[in-house]
Amino acid sequence: MADTTPSPPQAVHRLSLGQRLKRDKVMLLLTLPGLLYFCVFHYVPLLGYVVAFQDYQPYLGYMHSAWAGVSNFTSAFADPAFWSATGNTLKIALVQLVFFFPVPIALALLLNSIVSDKVRRFVQSVVYLPHFIGWVIIVSIFQQILGGAGVLPDLLGQLGLPRYDMTTDPAAFPWLLTLQVAWKDAGWGTIIMLAALLNIDRGLYEASAIDGAGRARRLWHVTLPGISPVIILLLILNLGQILSVGFEQILLQRDAVGPAAGEVLDTYVYFHGIKNNDWGTSAAVGLVKAVIGTVLVLGANKFAHRLGHEGVYRGADR
Amino acid sequence: MEKPTRTGLFLKGLVLVLVVAAVAYPLLGVIGTSFASQSDIIRSPGLVLWPDHPTLEAYRTVFSGGVVTHALLISVGVTLVGTATSVLVTIGMAYGLSRREVTGSRFILMTALFTMLFDPGIIPKFLTIKELGLYNTLASLVLPTMVSAFNLVVLRSFFMNLPEELYDAAKVDGAGDLRTLVRIVLPLSKAVIAVISLFYAVTYWNAFFNAMLYLSDNDKWPLSMVLRTFVLQGQSLEGASAGEALAPQQAVQMAVLVIAVVPILCVYPFLQRYFTKGVLTGAIKG
Repeated sequence: MADTTPSPPQAVHRLSLGQRLKRDKVMLLLTLPGLLYFCVFHYVPLLGYVVAFQDYQPYLGYMHSAWAGVSNFTSAFADPAFWSATGNTLKIALVQLVFFFPVPIALALLLNSIVSDKVRRFVQSVVYLPHFIGWVIIVSIFQQILGGAGVLPDLLGQLGLPRYDMTTDPAAFPWLLTLQVAWKDAGWGTIIMLAALLNIDRGLYEASAIDGAGRARRLWHVTLPGISPVIILLLILNLGQILSVGFEQILLQRDAVGPAAGEVLDTYVYFHGIKNNDWGTSAAVGLVKAVIGTVLVLGANKFAHRLGHEGVYRGADR
Repeated sequence: MEKPTRTGLFLKGLVLVLVVAAVAYPLLGVIGTSFASQSDIIRSPGLVLWPDHPTLEAYRTVFSGGVVTHALLISVGVTLVGTATSVLVTIGMAYGLSRREVTGSRFILMTALFTMLFDPGIIPKFLTIKELGLYNTLASLVLPTMVSAFNLVVLRSFFMNLPEELYDAAKVDGAGDLRTLVRIVLPLSKAVIAVISLFYAVTYWNAFFNAMLYLSDNDKWPLSMVLRTFVLQGQSLEGASAGEALAPQQAVQMAVLVIAVVPILCVYPFLQRYFTKGVLTGAIKG
C-alpha cells in the first residue's frame, strides 16, 4: 500500500532493505534534523559522564584528563553538603507531594461542579494562565508580595504584628516553593482531572441518587472511584520524579535562604561543577542522580501503566 | 439531582472568587505599580492596584535605549528564530514518523520518546555546549532545546488521525511524500501547528536556564536574565539614572515585568482555544 504501483500486500514484505529505504527516502530525510538534534543534545552528552571518573581539567579536555577511578564518588559521599542537598531535595519533594498534589484534584472537582458554562470557562481561562509565565517572573512577583518590602509584611505591620518575610526564612522555604508551584500549575494540573471526570458515566450518579445517596456519598462512591486510576497514575509518576525539584525556581531563590535550606541536588551540581570548577565530583553526583532518577521514572512508568492504564486510556481518548 | 443548598452555593462561590483573585491580583498589581508615581508607592508599598497619579515615566526609562531595550530585542529575535526553527524541524520529524510502514520509524520515534524519561544532567550538557563551540553564543539559547518530544508526539498523532483516504487520494494523483505534506497535510493542520508554535514561543520567551548556563557576556542577555539581575537581585539599571528622579525604582522594575508578561497575555487567548486537546494527546501517548 505504500508503493506507488498497486501491489498485493505480501509483495511489500519482499522489498529488500535497500528498496524500502529508497521508497521511504523523503520521509526519513524529513526526520533527520530532528533525529540529529536528539542525538547531539540528549545522547552525546551522556558520554560527558566520563568526567565523573576523571580528574577533569577543562584545558586538557576529556581526552587528556587523568583517570580518577571512583574517587569522585567517594569524595562526594564524604561531603556533608551532598547529604544536606539530598535531604533538602527529598524534603521539598515530599512537602510538594503532600500539599500540592491534591490541589489540582480539588480544583478540578470544584470546576466540574460549576453548572454555568460561562462561569466555568472564565475560571478555567484564569487559572490556566500562570502556567505560561516563566519562573523569573513568578519569583519576582512573589518577592513583591511576600518579600521584605512587600504587600504581606506591610499589612502585618499595619495590624501591629511583626513584619514576617517568608522569602528569607529557611524554615519556610519548602512551603514558599509549594505555594509558588500551586500558583503556577494548580490550574494546569486540572486539565487531565477534568477529562477523567467527564468520562464518568452520568447514569451512575442518577442511579445512586435514586438509591438515596447524598452529595457526599456520590462524591465518595462514584466520583472518586471514577478518577482514582488517573490519580494513582499521576501519583506514581510524581514519585518517580522525586529527585528533581524545579531547578530554575530553586536556583533563583537559593541565595535568599542560604544553601543550608536552599541547596538541592541540581543546585549542588551547578555550584560545585560550573561555579567552582569541581567537575569530577559534581559530575559524579549528577550521574548518581541521573541513574536513580531514570530507574525511578522507568519503574514508576511501568508500574503506573500496569495499575491505572485502563482509566487513563479511556480518559484521554476524548 | 436535587437543588444545591444555599450555604453550599455560597461556599463554592467564595472559593471561586478567592481562586480567581489569587491569580489575578498579583498580575493586576504588577501592571498597576508599573504606572505608579512615587507618591502612589509611598501610600501603598508592595503593589499598587490602582495608581492615583498614573505616569508612563517607568516605561520611558525602560525604553530609553538601555539594558532592557537591548535584552528585549534579543528575546524577540531568539523567540522568532527559535520558534521558526523548532516548528520546521518538528513538522518534518512528526510527518516522517507519522506512517508506521516507513522503515525504521519506530526506532527513531523511540529514540525521541526515550529522552522524555531521562535528562542528561547539567554538567554533561554544559560540556557538550562548550565542545561544540556554542558557549556564549546566541545559538546556545536555541539549539539545546530545539525539539520538544511532547510537541512532536502531539503533532505526529494529529497527522496520523487525518483520514487515510486523503493520503490515498494524494498518491493516486501522483503526489510524492513532500508534495502531500505541503499541499494537503499542512493546510489541514494550521490550528495544531499554531498551538505548537505558541508553545515553543512561550518557552523561548521565558528561557532562563540556557541563558544562565551558557552566556557569559551580559550584552547577549535575554530579558529573563535582566529580570533576574535588576528585579530579583535589585541591582539598579545602568543608563536609567537620567530618568531615575522621575520614575521610582519599583515602578521601573514592575515595568520590566510587564514587558516580560505582556506578549504571553497577548498570545494566550489564541493558545487557550486549543491547548486542552493538545495536552491530553501528549499525556496519553507520552
